[in-house]
This record gives sequence, C-alpha cells and structure tokens, in this order.
Amino acid sequence: MSPAVSSWDRFLETFFNAKVMVKYWPDIAYGMLVTVELAVLVVISGLAAGLFLALIRSLAIRPLNWLIVFVVDLFRALPPLVIIVLIYFGFPSIDVTPSGFVSTWMSLALVLMAFSEEIFWAGITSVHKGQWEASRSTGLSFGQTLVNVVLPQALRLTIPPLTNRTIAITKGTALGSVVAVSEILGQASSAVSNSYNPSPLILGAAAYLVLFLPVVVLGRWVEKKWSWKR
Amino acid sequence: MIQTFFNPEIIAASWPIVLSGLLNTILLSLIVVPLGLFGGLILALLAGVKTPWVRWPLMAWVDFFRAFPPLVLLVLLFAGLPFAGLELSGFACVAIAFFLNTGSYYGEILRAGIDSVPGGQVEAARSTGLSRLQAMLYVVLPQAVRNVMPDLLSNTLEVVKLTSLGSVVAVPELLYQARQAQSLTYNPTPIVVAAIIYFLLLWPLVRLLSRLENRALAGRR
Repeated sequence: MSPAVSSWDRFLETFFNAKVMVKYWPDIAYGMLVTVELAVLVVISGLAAGLFLALIRSLAIRPLNWLIVFVVDLFRALPPLVIIVLIYFGFPSIDVTPSGFVSTWMSLALVLMAFSEEIFWAGITSVHKGQWEASRSTGLSFGQTLVNVVLPQALRLTIPPLTNRTIAITKGTALGSVVAVSEILGQASSAVSNSYNPSPLILGAAAYLVLFLPVVVLGRWVEKKWSWKR
Repeated sequence: MIQTFFNPEIIAASWPIVLSGLLNTILLSLIVVPLGLFGGLILALLAGVKTPWVRWPLMAWVDFFRAFPPLVLLVLLFAGLPFAGLELSGFACVAIAFFLNTGSYYGEILRAGIDSVPGGQVEAARSTGLSRLQAMLYVVLPQAVRNVMPDLLSNTLEVVKLTSLGSVVAVPELLYQARQAQSLTYNPTPIVVAAIIYFLLLWPLVRLLSRLENRALAGRR
C-alpha cells in the first residue's frame, strides 16, 4: 500500500510543488502581463493593417494590388517562427536591433495583417455590385459608399473567420520565448532551469488556460451566433 | 545588402545543411499530417455519440488543446516529462504534441463536415442494409470531407508551418538547420534561404486556398 502512496506523493512534489509554485508565481504573473500586452498590440495593429490593405485593394489600382496580393501570400506561407527569427537575428546585420518583444510583435502583426486582409477583402467582394451602383447613383462618394454601405455588410460576414484566425495567431505570442521575450512560457522555462523542478511549467500552462480558454469558448459562441444558416 | 542577406558563398557553403533540413521538414510533415488527421477522425466519430458522458469530456478535450499554444504543449512534454523519468526525443515530443493539438483542430473541422451531411443520407444508407460503420465510412465521410475541403487544406497549411516549432526541441528540420548554419557563418543568409524555401514550398497551397476561400465566403450570400 505504502509504495503506491509514496510514488504519488513524489509525483505531486515533482509536478505540483507548492513551495516552488509560490516562489515563482510573481514571475509567471509578470509573464501573463507581457503576454496580454503583446496579444493586444498584435490584434490591434494586425487587424488595422489588414483592413487598411483591403481598402487600398478596393481602389483597384493594378500594380498596387499585385503588390498587396504578393505580401499577403508571403506572410500566409511563412511560418511565424521563421519571420521572428529572421527579424531578430537578421536585422542586427544592418545595424537595426529590434528587441525580442518588437520582433515577435512585428511578425505576428504581419501574419494577422495578411490573414485578415484576405478575409476583409472576401467580405468586401461579397457585397453585390448593385449595392455600389445604387449608392453611387444616390450621390454618395466612393468613400461614403465604402464606409456606410459596403463595409457594414462586409464586416458582418467576416466576423466568424476573423475571430478564429485572430485567436490562433494570438496564441503565437508563446513563440516570443524563443527570442527571449519574458512572456509566460519564457518566464516558466527559466524558472524550471533555476529550480530544477517542472512545477513552474505546469503553472505556466495553467496561466495559458486561464487566458485562452475563455477566448476559445467565446470564439465558439461567436461562430454560432454570427454564422449564416445554409 | 546582398552580401549580408544573400551572400552567394554562404549559400553554397550552407546548402547541404539547409537541404537536409528541407528533407526533414517534408518527412516530418508527412508524419504529423496523417497523425493529426487520424486523431481528428477519432474525435469527429466520437462526437457522433450523443451520450452526455462522451459529449462533455470530448468538448472539454477539444477546447483544452485548442486553448493551449502548441509550443507550450511541446515544451511541457520535452522539458517536463524527463522529471517523471520519461525521456523522449524531440521528434517523439513533436509527434505527440501535434497529435493532440492539430488533432483537435482537424476534429472540429471533420465534425462540422459530418454535421453538414443531411440525416436522410444515413437513413437511406442504413435502410439499404449497410451497418452504421459502413454508412459512416462509405456514405457520410466522403461527402463530409468534400464539404470541408478548404478548411482541411487550410489547417494542413498551418500544420506544415508549425513543423518549424521542431527547431525549439532540436529536431533538425529546415529552420533548425538554417539557424545552425547561421550561427556557424555569422551571417543571416541561411535563414533568408530557408524563408524562401518555405515560401516556394507553400505558395501553391496558399494560392489555391485563397481562391477556395473567396468562393466560399462570396457564395454565402
């Protein structure tokens, strides 16, 4: 009887060591702050840039559109970690030294920009041509038509795919740990090597669940609520 | 600029390393994509069981692994398991993490696909004498897969891109090899080359997806 109990105790002491967890909790909490900060910056700048590119694309200037399509394809095809490494280790060679935080932010924002541009653009093109013609003929300018007639219809359509994609890309903030950003995973990993105990990693995993589980559940709800019934 | 980011001598010198990385990336993808699909198929088939005892744990399982960044899962396996006396190679950790993580995504997609097949199809198939399993395999699944093909392809693209995480646990795939070459040569050229290879490898898929998605979204009105 006793050996089983003692090995269970050893398991608890290894992976759920209260002393280690209490000691490194402030580090993980700080990591959560950095993760949230990074995530908010990525979401705002990525979505804004994506919408901006989609609006430029709707002006239908040929060479500009080719450029936009190329940039979008580029950042959809490249793994985010490759972009982070490229910025972090590549730029110093031309005497620009972005921090790990800035590298991660830029990379994820570029990726979100690419994906959201595609989605915004698909939304805009899905609005029937007659809507453009009708509103232009009532005397609205191109800009007014876009903002007051087309975008409200287009955006509604884009919400479910946009929510899912945004959540997926935001989880990429963990990649920052590779370039020494002190977000949750980075903090947890260094705590593990300082304490020779994996408990901080369990704590870090719990921190991710606390942050992202509500978002995933929200995403599921949004998808259901806004989806088009076939 | 060209000397820094596109140095021909360094390209020539690092080419064998980078090429071996490319082969490993392809190999890794050929293993983890079917593995994820297999995991997803199990989840999707289980989702058809309406008992709450299966339904709720299943939903929790899927949401759990969707909320977990794959890199966190990978590091947890790679750095955490040795403390339990279980020392796995980086490659094994990647395989397990992908099975759990991408399996959940594939599962969600396949479940949506199965839901999209009208119930009458199952009834018709069953009434011709097919068993439940046969009806699922021969009637429902082929239609389900076709209905969610764009999503399946899009997830596969993400999975192939995710294999770059292997570099964190020393799996010698494309990014890892490029970084090795970079630190040997003190020059970012190998990483640029790796990025170009990723782009050339995945661009056709991105083009195809972009067309499929545009059509899908526009077709809903």
